[in-house]
Amino acid sequence: MNGRILEVVGLTMDFGGIRALNNVDLDVKQGEIVALIGPNGAGKTTFFNCITGLYRPTKGDIFLYRQGSSRASLKGMKPNRVTEVGLARTFQNIRLFPQMTVLENVMIGRHCRTSSTIFGALVRNTSTRMEEDSIIESSHRMLVKIGLTQYENEIAKNLPYGAQRRLEIARALATEPELLLLDEPAAGMNPQETSELVNLIQSIAAEGQSILLIEHDMKLVMNLSERIFVMDYGKKIAEGTPEQIRNNPTVIKAYLGEEVDA
Amino acid sequence: MISAGELKKSLVVSLWFAFLTFPIMVVRVDPVESTVLWRWHNMVYVIVGSFFLSIIFRYLLHRRDIQTSRKESGQSNPDQTLIHRWLSNTRSRTIIFVSLLAVALAFPHMPYLSSTYQVNIMTTALMYVVLGLGLNIVVGLAGLLDLGYVAFYAVGAYTYALLNYHFGLGFWVVLPIGGILAALFGIILGFPVLRLRGDYLAIVTLGFGEIIRLVLENWGDFSQGPSGISNISRPGFFGIDLTLDQAIIYIYYLMVLFVVVTIFFVNRLQDSRLGRAWIALREDEIACQAMGIDKMKTKLAAFSLGAFWAGIIGVVFAAKTTFINPASFTFLESAIILSIVVLGGMGSIIGVIFGALVLILLPEYLRALAEYRMLAFGAVLVLMMVFRPQGLIGSIRRVYTYTPTKKGTTS
Ligand SMILES: Nc1ncnc2c1ncn2[C@@H]1O[C@H](COP(=O)(O)OP(=O)(O)OP(=O)(O)O)[C@@H](O)[C@H]1O
Ligand SMILES: [Mg+2]
Repeated sequence: MNGRILEVVGLTMDFGGIRALNNVDLDVKQGEIVALIGPNGAGKTTFFNCITGLYRPTKGDIFLYRQGSSRASLKGMKPNRVTEVGLARTFQNIRLFPQMTVLENVMIGRHCRTSSTIFGALVRNTSTRMEEDSIIESSHRMLVKIGLTQYENEIAKNLPYGAQRRLEIARALATEPELLLLDEPAAGMNPQETSELVNLIQSIAAEGQSILLIEHDMKLVMNLSERIFVMDYGKKIAEGTPEQIRNNPTVIKAYLGEEVDA
Repeated sequence: MISAGELKKSLVVSLWFAFLTFPIMVVRVDPVESTVLWRWHNMVYVIVGSFFLSIIFRYLLHRRDIQTSRKESGQSNPDQTLIHRWLSNTRSRTIIFVSLLAVALAFPHMPYLSSTYQVNIMTTALMYVVLGLGLNIVVGLAGLLDLGYVAFYAVGAYTYALLNYHFGLGFWVVLPIGGILAALFGIILGFPVLRLRGDYLAIVTLGFGEIIRLVLENWGDFSQGPSGISNISRPGFFGIDLTLDQAIIYIYYLMVLFVVVTIFFVNRLQDSRLGRAWIALREDEIACQAMGIDKMKTKLAAFSLGAFWAGIIGVVFAAKTTFINPASFTFLESAIILSIVVLGGMGSIIGVIFGALVLILLPEYLRALAEYRMLAFGAVLVLMMVFRPQGLIGSIRRVYTYTPTKKGTTS
């Protein structure tokens, strides 16, 4: 139950002369909520981009341990392969499919778990029709779970901000990830939306979903996460339980300061 | 509604026009008698005409802005025009398609209206419907700006011309070969090209289109160069020899059939797992990949399926004209097909059909305007894009709805 699910070893990423990530180690255990925090420009989003295959890391390796199978190295995989293997993410600046409906957005998430081909599309044989029905049904169930059914047939770009963020989570979950990556899910939300989000994340985690999240909202981080990793200038400067991080002098000096007491 | 400032702007526009058109509209040199004729009255026409056109244009812009701001403040649903509501309803859509089909089938037999000439024009228009629908997969659905689409059309046409010339193969045998060969070309060209995005893709595909044409023009041993290939056989009809008039009507009906088949397939593709992936790719490439969609595979599928229809129509084109040369496959051709897609409405099947009919038939029937034909045509295009950027008929897609099954619980 408590085996590792993600293991990142010595991850380094250079952009020309800038070292955005410097030898970062990180791990997530099965069913855990882990937070990755750090000041602006610390390299958190870059870390996500590297492990999801959007960037190719300069050095280091990324392993995903899947239930009932050996570990898979994600290094050098294309983003779509990474998602197939079991990492799904949301984006810091929302990236929905704006002209598609809410239901369709989630249906896209089912793409990598379904298999009908051009031939199936043209002939529309029984198996293709059944697969289409199952895509619609499971996407609908996902919307029920995330609490977005009221918007089901709306165009995604017309949704209120908080709902758009939740839709991104729904879409990522539809890919049935081993590990869910959330990049600042509460950014720009009002207190009410944030508390709804906390409930949502807790209910997802209660079903055994492992989560790694980036967040600036310290209250949310301290409430939700079992372990916290802190980055600054591309380096990992601390890791530990919320309690340990709260009292870690390096962290306080580098970043938290007055915010942690708030 | 129109302020003094706008009147002044219109005045400036008209004076500027008078200045620009001065050399062609006012001055006329008579080379025989070596005299210059000053036609000042023309200048008056230009000033007055452009002044009023400019005011009308401003007024329309003004109205459009009011409308869009009303839409944005949520007072009316965007795009809920009458046509749109009609077309979103499956039953009325079926009625529209069936009646269009009935008109198309009856067309060659309409008294007064139809002649061999008319049927020929209509056949051409139908060919562009299919070309537009093919390019619509690439540009409208997958969002890949392809300016070299004509290359695949050329591949189809030359496939039939060469196989017919060298081996005497008939239309029906070559038809699938032409389509498949064009699709293969799509994949071969697509591999290096589809890594690029947006403008870069547009320029590289433009280059590829021209390369194919230049190869056909210069590789004389293979394609007989600029002089082209003539005496290509018309489509066979159960081995019966048709007269020219009969053949024209036969090809017309073939095209009606092809249009129906194309609509059927494109519609199915659009509402499939692959079709959704294309639209997602158009909307956001990075999010699309993050959802586990293979970007390269999806783009190649769009490119080669689009090319397939171009190849098919290429074969029909060669069979219809019985003569082809590289001059038929210039960039202008790609531009016209692209205009059909953009003018009709990107991603909209019925829009593309109307776009093709308007763009191909309008210049034909504007022939009365003689040399002003292309000018009027250009003006229509500009006005369309200013006032209806989403095209004649914006995209109407199936709305997926969840209906609980007998066993499933309603939520
Ligand atoms: N594609 C890129 N090219 C060059 N530099 C980049 C690129 N992506 C990120 N960087 C640099 O890497 C550093 C880390 O950026 P990153 O976006 O990962 O920070 P972050 O921790 O997510 O910050 P924030 O909290 O503001 O989101 C920054 O200095 C940024 O300029
Ligand atoms: Mg970031």
